[in-house]
Amino acid sequence: MGSDDVTDTFGAGFLVRWLAAVAEDVDREADRLTELDSAIGDADHGANLKRGFAAVTEVLGKEPPPSPGAVLTAAGRQLISTVGGASGPLYGTLLRRAGKTLGEDAEVTRERLAEALGAGVAAVSQLGGAQVGDKTMLDALVPAVEGLRSSYEAARAAAEEGALATVPLQARKGRASYLGERSIGHQDPGATSSALLFAALAETAGAEGVA
Amino acid sequence: MRMLINVPETVVADALRGMAAAHPELTVDVERRVVVRRDAPVEGKVALVSGGGSGHEPLHGGFVGPGMLAAACPGEVFTSPVPDQMVRAAAAVDSGAGVLFVVKNYTGDVLNFEMAAELAEDEGIQVAKVLVDDDVAVTDSLYTAGRRGTGGTLFVEKIAGAAAEEGQPLERVEAIARRVNERSRSFGVALSACTTPAKGSPTFDLPEGELELGIGIHGEPGRERRAMMTSREIADFAVDAVVEDLRPDGPVIALVNGMGATPLLELYGFNAEVQRVLAERHVPVARTLVGNYVTSLDMAGCSVTLCEVDEELLRLWDAPVQTPALRWGR
Repeated sequence: MGSDDVTDTFGAGFLVRWLAAVAEDVDREADRLTELDSAIGDADHGANLKRGFAAVTEVLGKEPPPSPGAVLTAAGRQLISTVGGASGPLYGTLLRRAGKTLGEDAEVTRERLAEALGAGVAAVSQLGGAQVGDKTMLDALVPAVEGLRSSYEAARAAAEEGALATVPLQARKGRASYLGERSIGHQDPGATSSALLFAALAETAGAEGVA
Repeated sequence: MRMLINVPETVVADALRGMAAAHPELTVDVERRVVVRRDAPVEGKVALVSGGGSGHEPLHGGFVGPGMLAAACPGEVFTSPVPDQMVRAAAAVDSGAGVLFVVKNYTGDVLNFEMAAELAEDEGIQVAKVLVDDDVAVTDSLYTAGRRGTGGTLFVEKIAGAAAEEGQPLERVEAIARRVNERSRSFGVALSACTTPAKGSPTFDLPEGELELGIGIHGEPGRERRAMMTSREIADFAVDAVVEDLRPDGPVIALVNGMGATPLLELYGFNAEVQRVLAERHVPVARTLVGNYVTSLDMAGCSVTLCEVDEELLRLWDAPVQTPALRWGR
């Protein structure tokens, strides 16, 4: 693909296709997420996210929102209404806040998306009271958003690296924190699912020639 | 997997349909996952609403009825319900006197109830919240999410529920709920892991001849693994952990709770040991409740919860209650 085919802006459709890709990835990886969650949590992460993103895909398919911001806001609201647990409000807040930050513009750039997701990540951190290093989804989200300022691929790589980096950590937030030192040696399921989001984003961008 | 289910996806809905058929005194909205006492809203009375993941039955749906909860919101298995459920429940039971959310300290429950409280207040419902965090197995520190809410939930729901039934105002019901939580402590032990319908295999691997000390109610491993102990040794360990943290001056109510797969024969035997330890520690026992109340699917094991009571709390404990799982005095 030549550089002429690459576009640096995208509309609502791109984010709808991204979230559909997330739903597919989560569906495929649900058992793995649940397996990770059974080691240090309560073995429901895969099933819960699968239900949530399937609902997101359905709602976005039924009523395609007019702008990228509206896509994220609607998806976030849907996650809060269907997922439950901690991941419902946390992922829901991530997308809702990002959507509100994007506003009503019909076209946005990767830099604006990075900025919006950055606002979403800050809201997640505030809601859950967690920081990088607590062995939560933030360990993938924070570096991913930083990477997204450079490229979609950099975001994917940073998220994956952040998720892997949770293995030796002791959990200080969420259900895994109740295990104390026994949480060490297991990859965090929330950071793993967060990495899936950015892998799907990079795939969608690659497939559509969005840079 | 040997489970009496159809498919994992419909486990909660199927259970609610069966619950509705068994308990005509409850209104069960299977679709929206809300269990409400049939006579709600009760004029002039504060309504208690609780909820949490399914898999802990009879908690919470089994505690809906006069003298306890006005409504319960069951989530997916081991997953907090969503704010929509709680708002719907609050709207169904609020008589204008306000609603008290009873929330177990798990991140998911806390976040969803927080969002629900905001939404309910937007609808003009006065909401107060009490956080239950009675589990002494989890050491509290600045860096953790705090202690888990487990068996103490039953004490909070029963005693604050009785205060609400008496017609006490929201502020007062909330204060009583907090007092019960502050005076309740729990410790749990697993003799086996449990199997969630979604996963279909045990949540952790516990070899024959070993047990987990300091477990919660979500099939997660505990704080420590040891070689199998006798009922006597487990009682010594669990009761000591609770008493050392609670340091009761007065009488307690004791809850000897089964995690789901331990028969009453064993629970009563364990209770005998619990009473012995308490007598040795000079802790007078005012009331005792033995049974499966705050469970963790098919986990074998038990927990001990003590609630230090004063005259008022004991009177409210003895007050009539009429729910599927707890019923006395009327």
